[in-house]
Amino acid sequence: MLDTSYYEKADEIIARHTREERSLIPIIQDIQEEYRYLPPELLTYVAKQIGITEAKAYSVASFYENFSFEQKGKYVIKVCDGTACHVRKSIPILERLYKELGLNDKKHTSDDLYFTVETVSCLGACGLAPAITVNDVVYPKMSPEKVVDLLKELRGE
Amino acid sequence: MGVMTIDGRKVEFTDEPNILTVIRKADIDIPTLCYHSELSVYGACRLCTVENDKGKTFASCSEPPRDGMVIYTNTPRLMKYRKLILELLLAAHCRDCTTCIKSGECQLQSLAHRMGVMDVRFENTKELQPIDDSSPAIVRDPNKCILCGDCVRMCDNVQAVNVIDFAYRGTKALVTPAFDKKIAETDCVNCGQCRVVCPTGAISIKTNMDVIWDLLADKDTKVIAQIAPAVRVAVGDQFGLPRGENVMGKLVNVLHRMGFDEVFDTSYGADLTVIEESEELLNRLESGEKLPLFTSCCPAWVRYCENRYPEFAENLSTCRSPQQMFGAVVREYYKDPEKNLGKRVVSVSIMPCTAKKDEILRPESSTNGKQDIDYVLTTTELVSMIRKSGIRFENLEIEASDMPFGIGSGAGVIFGVTGGVTEAVLRRLRKGHNRVDMDNIKFSGVRGEKGLKEVEFDYNGRTIRAAIVSGLGNADALLKRIKAGEVHYDFVEVMACYRGCVMGGGQPVPAGPRTKSARMKGLYDSDVNTQIKKSNENPLVQTLYDGLLKGKEHKLLHRNFEAAKNE
Repeated sequence: MLDTSYYEKADEIIARHTREERSLIPIIQDIQEEYRYLPPELLTYVAKQIGITEAKAYSVASFYENFSFEQKGKYVIKVCDGTACHVRKSIPILERLYKELGLNDKKHTSDDLYFTVETVSCLGACGLAPAITVNDVVYPKMSPEKVVDLLKELRGE
Repeated sequence: MGVMTIDGRKVEFTDEPNILTVIRKADIDIPTLCYHSELSVYGACRLCTVENDKGKTFASCSEPPRDGMVIYTNTPRLMKYRKLILELLLAAHCRDCTTCIKSGECQLQSLAHRMGVMDVRFENTKELQPIDDSSPAIVRDPNKCILCGDCVRMCDNVQAVNVIDFAYRGTKALVTPAFDKKIAETDCVNCGQCRVVCPTGAISIKTNMDVIWDLLADKDTKVIAQIAPAVRVAVGDQFGLPRGENVMGKLVNVLHRMGFDEVFDTSYGADLTVIEESEELLNRLESGEKLPLFTSCCPAWVRYCENRYPEFAENLSTCRSPQQMFGAVVREYYKDPEKNLGKRVVSVSIMPCTAKKDEILRPESSTNGKQDIDYVLTTTELVSMIRKSGIRFENLEIEASDMPFGIGSGAGVIFGVTGGVTEAVLRRLRKGHNRVDMDNIKFSGVRGEKGLKEVEFDYNGRTIRAAIVSGLGNADALLKRIKAGEVHYDFVEVMACYRGCVMGGGQPVPAGPRTKSARMKGLYDSDVNTQIKKSNENPLVQTLYDGLLKGKEHKLLHRNFEAAKNE
C-alpha cells in the first residue's frame, strides 16, 4: 500500500483529464512524469477511477516500453543502440555500465536507487555516435572509459 | 442479399455478417482458431484467409459478403499459408500432446493434422511460463496459449468480468491477469467460459477425477452422487447418441457400475430451492424490502454481484443453490448410523459448472463446520471417467435414480436453462395445475435464447415484474439500469453463462449452435415427459418437509451466513 499522498496526487492528475477509458494513457503518462515510474497500485487505482478493469489497464501499460512499473534511479541513463551507435560500439559501453553498477538486461536499476540503465533504439543524435543521455541530457562520442568518469562525476566523487 | 461464387459454385447469401459464415453455409469447413459467432471479430489467426479472382488474399471472418464476389478457399497458395501458420503456432507451443488434458479435443491439434503439418522446422524460443492452478475451477498453462484472444473476448465482451487480458507485446505477449497475478487473486468468478472457447489446453478444468477413483475403490466409504439437470443432456453426443438427448437413466447406471453407492437427482434439490425461493419472494413483496430479489443458484453470478455490485448483495436470495440444499439434506440424512452403515459418507456432485467447484468451498456452504459437498465433478470430467472405465455408455440399460431423493419435478429439471428458475417459481405461485395454465406460463416470455427476457404475472391481484438474464455481460447492463432507476423489477433470475447451465463452463466442448439448442430442447422435453410439473407437488419433497427438515428448514436450506461471518 502506498502512502496516501500518492493517491491524492493521482486524484489531482485524474482531475486534469476526463474520467473515461481513453484518458488512461495521458493520466499514466502524467503519473510517470511525477514519480519517474508508474507505481502499480496507482495503475489499479486509476483503472477503477475511470471505470475500466485492472487487466485492461495493465494490458495497455505493459504494451508500451515507455511505462515502467519499477522505481527508477535518480539518474536515468539511456544508451543508444541505434544502427550508427551500434556500429560505433555502443554495446561495450552498455556492458561497462552494467558491470560498474551491478546490473543486467533484467535488472535495470541499482540498489541504491541512483542509476537506471536502459537502451533506446535511436536518440536521433547519430552524428554524435555513440551517444547516451542522462536525464535527457545528451553525452556525445562516449567510450567505456568515459562513462566510468561520468558515473564518478554524477556520484559527486 | 446477393450471390457470390465460392470455388466455382454460386452461393446465395442473405444477412450473413461475414464471408466466413457464407462459406460454412456452403458446407466448406474453413478452419479458424479465433472466430466465434458470439464474440467480436478479431481476425488474429488468419486461417480463414481466402483468395479472390484478382489474387488478393484476406481473412474471410472480417469481410462482409458482396454481390458478385468470386472467392477461392482452397488454392495451393492458401493451403501453403495455412500449413505455415499452423507450423509457426506449433513452434511456440508446448507440444506434449500425449499428456495434455485437451488431447483429442484440441482444435490446434486437429487442424495441424488436417492441414498435414508433419514437421515443425522452428525451435521454440519462448520463455517457459509457470502454470497457474491457484483457482479451484480452472488451470491456466500459458505455454499452450496461441494468443487467439478467444478467452479475453469471452471474459470481456460476453461476461464483463475481464480479469484476463493481453499483456506485453511481440514475442513476449501473454494472456494474463494484471501484474501476472494468479487467477485466485483476481475477481474471477470461475464461470469457466474462457475454457469453453479456448481451442487448446491453455485453459482447462481443474479436475478431481483421481481422488474420486480412489474413493470409489474404498470399501469404507459411501460415495453419494447427485446429477444436475444440464448434465443429462450433454453426455449422450459424446458417445454417439443424438445431441441433447436426456441420458439420465444411462448416467445412473454407469455411476452405479463405476462404484457410486447412491445416485440422486439434483432436480430434487432444485424443487427445494423453488419452494424456499418462492416463499422468500412473497415475504419480500409483503415487506417491500430488498427488492428485486436476485436468484442465488448460480455461484458465478453470486461472486460477480459481491465483487462488482456489493450494494446489491443483500438482494441476493438467502437460499442455498440446489446443489448446496441437496448437499446439506444428504449430510443430515446420512448422519443416521442405520443409513451410513458405519461408513464415511462422501458427497459428490456432478455439475455442468466450474464455479460449483468454488461454491462448495465458501464458508456459507458448510453446516456445523463441515463442507456439505466434498467434490464437484464437471460433465467433462465425468465423460473422461466413463471413457477410462471402458464401459460402453451408448449400450447401457437405463436405471432409475435412487430413493429417497430420486424424483425431481419438471420444474426442477428446467433449472438448467435460462428462464427455468423463473418458470418453476411461476408454476409454484400459480394455483391451477391444468395444461392451459402451464401453457400460459410457457408462452409468457420465459423461454428462448435471448440474453434478457422480461415477464409480468399476476399474483393475488398484484402485478409482479420479473427479468431473466443469462451471460454476465447482460446482467451487468441490467444492473446498471436498475441502479440508475430506469427499470424496476420484483424478481431477477441471473445465470452467468449465456443460455444457462446447459452451456456451463464444465460442459463438453466444442458445442456449436445446434448442440446448444439441442441441449435446451432436451431439458424442455424432459419436463414434458415428467408427470409432476410443480416443485411443491413432488411427493418426496413433501415427505422431507414433514420429516427430516422439520424445524431445520432455515439451517439446511439457507446460506450459512454465521459461518461466513466467523471466517
